Amino acid sequence: MEYQAKELFAKHGVTTTLGTVVETAEDARKAAEEIGGVTVIKAQVKAGGRGKAGGVKLAKTPDEAFEHATNILNLTIKDLPVNRVLVTPATPPVEEYYFSFLLDRSNRQYLCIASVEGGVEIEEVAKTNPDAVKKIAIDPGKGVDAAKAREIATEAGFPEAVFEQAVTMIEKLYTVFVEEDATLVEVNPLARLADDKLEALDGKVSLDENASEVRHPEHEAFEIKEEADPLEAKAKEFGLNYVKLDGQVGICGNGAGLVMSTLDVVAYAGENHGGVKPANFLDIGGGANAQVMANSLDVILNDEQVKSVFVNVFGGITACDEVANGIKGALEILGDKATKPIVVRLDGNNVELGRQILTDLNHPLVTQVDTMDGAADKAAELANA
Amino acid sequence: MSIYLNADSKIIVQGITGGMGAKHTALMMDSGATIVGGVNARKAGTTVTHKDATGTDVELPVFGTVAEAMKETGANVSVLFVPPAFTKAAAIEAIDAEMPLIVVITEGVPVQDTAEVWSYLQGKSTRMIGPNCPGIITPGESLAGITPHTIAGKGPVGLVSKSGTLTYQMMYELKEFGFTTAIGIGGDPIIGTTHIDALQAFEEDPETKLIVMIGEIGGDAEERAADYIKANITKPVVGYVAGFTAPEGKTMGHAGAIISGSAGTASAKQEALEAVGVKVGKTPSATAALAREILIGMGIEPKA
Repeated sequence: MEYQAKELFAKHGVTTTLGTVVETAEDARKAAEEIGGVTVIKAQVKAGGRGKAGGVKLAKTPDEAFEHATNILNLTIKDLPVNRVLVTPATPPVEEYYFSFLLDRSNRQYLCIASVEGGVEIEEVAKTNPDAVKKIAIDPGKGVDAAKAREIATEAGFPEAVFEQAVTMIEKLYTVFVEEDATLVEVNPLARLADDKLEALDGKVSLDENASEVRHPEHEAFEIKEEADPLEAKAKEFGLNYVKLDGQVGICGNGAGLVMSTLDVVAYAGENHGGVKPANFLDIGGGANAQVMANSLDVILNDEQVKSVFVNVFGGITACDEVANGIKGALEILGDKATKPIVVRLDGNNVELGRQILTDLNHPLVTQVDTMDGAADKAAELANA
Repeated sequence: MSIYLNADSKIIVQGITGGMGAKHTALMMDSGATIVGGVNARKAGTTVTHKDATGTDVELPVFGTVAEAMKETGANVSVLFVPPAFTKAAAIEAIDAEMPLIVVITEGVPVQDTAEVWSYLQGKSTRMIGPNCPGIITPGESLAGITPHTIAGKGPVGLVSKSGTLTYQMMYELKEFGFTTAIGIGGDPIIGTTHIDALQAFEEDPETKLIVMIGEIGGDAEERAADYIKANITKPVVGYVAGFTAPEGKTMGHAGAIISGSAGTASAKQEALEAVGVKVGKTPSATAALAREILIGMGIEPKA
């Protein structure tokens, strides 16, 4: 969110105004009083287009700040409820620029995008006047030093009055990018104020989750727990890779690619069964012991929309008999909590043993189907029953 | 024939003494791959023992550095089972030693580390596969990675995939034909060997008669591969793309599997591939059926 991006900017010396983050209209009034003068009340959600959605308003007085904050805190922007607003002093820009560093997957390097013609409307500028949007490749092995920052500022065409400030800010933004292990650091708008000062008026930072895990424990503070889906939060506690979707067939399988593929196959099968859809993505990873399987089924079955579950496992390193025993153990652990039909498809390493274990188990909720397409069809049928 | 890996490949394991390293060294040995040693600076001079394909105990030396391991054993492939925090250093060490092929299995490597390794590798002699990949298998000859060697044997199909389990699934679906080489290139935003690299190698490999390419949402690797196929590939290619039902903005397990705006969708990838004549299956089994049909049309019969 904006205020979090600004915290990271400030941490690395990028000129910005932090403002005050509040969760109630009354606190917005107090913040506006303390700041004094005209303030801006800005919705804090992880979505673009906040201004157009009515989430950014100017307030001349603390009472107006209260009024705007009341309205904004009642908004939902791109399906996200607004739980916080940022109150900052109004600093109307004379000119607005766009600036970002990002990971360029296709070229396996970093990319700097800069435009001195219009900040907020960058996408419009990119369409109507693409030459005004400069793209400068950054070699990850070399990075951005003072000379490279100067080269970028020249290429972007920053006006003389703010040129040196731009060079300094570019270097510092690159520091944010590498020190925080970001995949995107965006300043939009980068504002030239009336006194020819450059300031990051708004911004966005996307962090690499792998890096946060490996070397940035402090990034955990950026996660806003109450806004996470409760099932996703629960899955995270179990260490499971889960994404909640809007559907009726709960899915779990091993390996990201196979699970993604399973969602597709279930969606196709659903076309013949009342349009039922996959309810989630859940990758149980390499191991499939009873506890992992129980945790997975627990998360999936807690989704009230779920009508049936499809367990799709290809035994690679993990043998199918281990998986079958995992399912058996999970059903014992869950007991009465397991209430929905479960379709299981096992294939691969030790498949005969695995299928035999489930046949012998003869559990009323468990149906075995030998092929992925067939099992998806069965799970969709049960979800539509 | 095969690509990148064959019966002459001599493999060392960086991280041979760790849990994953030990487990998969044993499985690679069991597959018949030639493992000649490992690297762990803190355990240099010791040995580890694993059984080879015939069940005989083999003592493998642990070296302090990759360079030393290469000098002593003539290794030409290194498989990395190193924790994510140390993967960059381990890869750079192997590149400095001029290891011809490195296979980075590790999942969870910070993407900027991979970007730096990729930059470092430019102009050097090393080929990198991965990170976050199952590695590469040339059935009956060698295995550098974690792909189960029991799924399928040798045959005319070349397989390249971003995903591990979909690699296994597809090998299983086409096991009656078999594979020259199956390579999992990994699901991270930045990887070493790409679909295009593998397509080129399979095109040049006389024994590969058909190429199966598995992609997934995120990035534009499949679209670029489609352009490459149009210009350079004469062999039949069958494709599969996972993630048609994935929502925008959510990472689906693989760090690179995320749709941003209209970019990276499965439909866009399917269209790009079909536009250049690649037959794309709706599901893994439908994809295998397309491959089977083409193979039989070429006069290649499944094994009994």
